[in-house]
Amino acid sequence: MGTTNAPAGAGDFALEARGLTKVFGGFAAVKDVNLAVRRGAIHALIGPNGAGKTTCFNLLTKTLQPTAGTILFEGEDISALRTADVARRGLVRSFQISATFPHLTVLENVRVALQSDYGRAYQFWRSLKAVEPLNKRAMQLLEEVGLAGSAHLTATELSYGKKRAMEIATTLALEPRVMLLDEPTAGMGHEDVEPITDLIRRAAQGRTVVIVEHNLSVVSSLCDRITVLQHGEVLTEGTYAEVSTNPDVVTAYMGGVDES
Amino acid sequence: MTRWPMLLALLAVALVAPTVVYPVLLMTVLSFIVFACSFNLLLGYAGLLCFGHAMFFGGAAYVTGWFLKTTGASIEIGILVGGLSAAALGLLVGLVAVKRSGIQFAMITFAISQFVYFVLLQAPFTGGEDGLQRIPRTALLGVVDVSKSGSLYYVVLGFTVLAVLFFYRVVHSPFGEILKAIRDNEARVESLGFRPERFKLIAFVISAGMAGVAGGLKAVAFQIATLTDVSWTVSGEVILMTLLGGLGTLAGPMVGAVIIIGLNDFLSQFGEWSLISQGVIMLVVIIFLRRGVVGEIDAFLRRKKVAPAR
Ligand SMILES: Nc1ncnc2c1ncn2[C@@H]1O[C@H](COP(=O)(O)OP(=O)(O)OP(=O)(O)O)[C@@H](O)[C@H]1O
Ligand SMILES: [Mg+2]
Repeated sequence: MGTTNAPAGAGDFALEARGLTKVFGGFAAVKDVNLAVRRGAIHALIGPNGAGKTTCFNLLTKTLQPTAGTILFEGEDISALRTADVARRGLVRSFQISATFPHLTVLENVRVALQSDYGRAYQFWRSLKAVEPLNKRAMQLLEEVGLAGSAHLTATELSYGKKRAMEIATTLALEPRVMLLDEPTAGMGHEDVEPITDLIRRAAQGRTVVIVEHNLSVVSSLCDRITVLQHGEVLTEGTYAEVSTNPDVVTAYMGGVDES
Repeated sequence: MTRWPMLLALLAVALVAPTVVYPVLLMTVLSFIVFACSFNLLLGYAGLLCFGHAMFFGGAAYVTGWFLKTTGASIEIGILVGGLSAAALGLLVGLVAVKRSGIQFAMITFAISQFVYFVLLQAPFTGGEDGLQRIPRTALLGVVDVSKSGSLYYVVLGFTVLAVLFFYRVVHSPFGEILKAIRDNEARVESLGFRPERFKLIAFVISAGMAGVAGGLKAVAFQIATLTDVSWTVSGEVILMTLLGGLGTLAGPMVGAVIIIGLNDFLSQFGEWSLISQGVIMLVVIIFLRRGVVGEIDAFLRRKKVAPAR
């Protein structure tokens, strides 16, 4: 906000997509999507099932190669980069389906992410002592998500809600500047939704977040701006108040979203 | 940590074993222990099912044999050269195969191993169907005479102990931690900024190289390298050993190798029965011992430990 010498507008966006398109064998899952995520914002991507939200995430992080379109991360074209390189630059995503390393301990799950920047990941000849200096930071991250007490459990032993919290700690370990969260509260019991929402709000301090979320009360309480997707296209964009009163959005959602 | 006393006891048994059992049989067991451990590193820790691992084992046996015959270098150099040649072959195969996974990876490695078999069958230095014979047991470090099986056994044992320590280190290293994460969830590892295919390639080269060391050990033990050691039956045997013993455990492949080689030796007097017994073992493992012998024992001990706390 305080930047004066940046080119008009360009510096304000952490992440931009222009004309983003993905065609799966003739079927366009994402069609000419333009998205501009303001630096420091929590931006929601919502829409009915199959609208193309996850596909958008896969494109933005280069898990999938776009059929057409450009992706700008902090003003820089990242369309030709690999997933791993996109992550290293600070654009990190989480997954809709729980993505843990079930056979590793909770501490090791987070430490794997910390190893990303530590330069010892290829050292097969050294003992694990070589990465023990990372444990302190891993414990800090686990404390932040309320899992310090479970650090030495195997990841499979965690409840579903705790697994999702651990995933956030793992994502945060990379200190992403932009974090993409794909349905962080999906499949959770009501008692878990509140803490995760708080956790996301805290994690969003000093970074930009894009979140796919079906739970509209979570969206309304967290997000500054909302983009609505339908059939792979942007239906509308605005604040929660604007979007929720838009007649097209109401119709789209009447078309069959199971709100639980 | 409770494992160390057990391993030392095992080592003590290994040291006196030649007084009871025929040394060539023991050396076979040891070389297959190294071979099965190399396979376990790949399937158990990297999640890659190589269906042609015998190409590294049997291929290196030829290289070690040919190298010792033509240069007369000391025996440990010959074994290491076998390992290095297998690692180099592993690098080539890995570059082609590692980008695929699951059944595609298995099929590619199988196809390449069949090709290697064919090349070795035709190559002039391998002796074709007769095999590469009269491989010399040259002196250890150029000075210690190990031409007798009784003394060569200790060379093979030394290599095996070093190999097992090496496998332990790789699995419990920063690299090993990432490898296990890739086995558990490759997409997530990639999204955290790693290049999984590079880790898999390194694991593949290490595994191939160690399978080669195993082949070199077998070559000097038997003083012959044959096409059998490159064949798909040996590729299948090493899978069986690893699964029977317990995938993804340190001791599993060792136990599996001891059982299968021991059984083969015992049943060889009954001809075809050895094949039939392997089939039966495979069925038993699939039906009753999903985690393998060591895996099931581990799980049983853990249940016993947890039970009183409940
Ligand atoms: N790899 C793929 N190959 C073919 N079609 C795909 C692929 N991935 C997604 N699709 C299709 O693209 C469309 C959008 O899927 P996507 O997963 O992006 O939806 P979504 O908005 O995330 O839905 P949900 O709310 O159910 O998670 C769907 O019709 C889906 O079947
Ligand atoms: Mg989705």
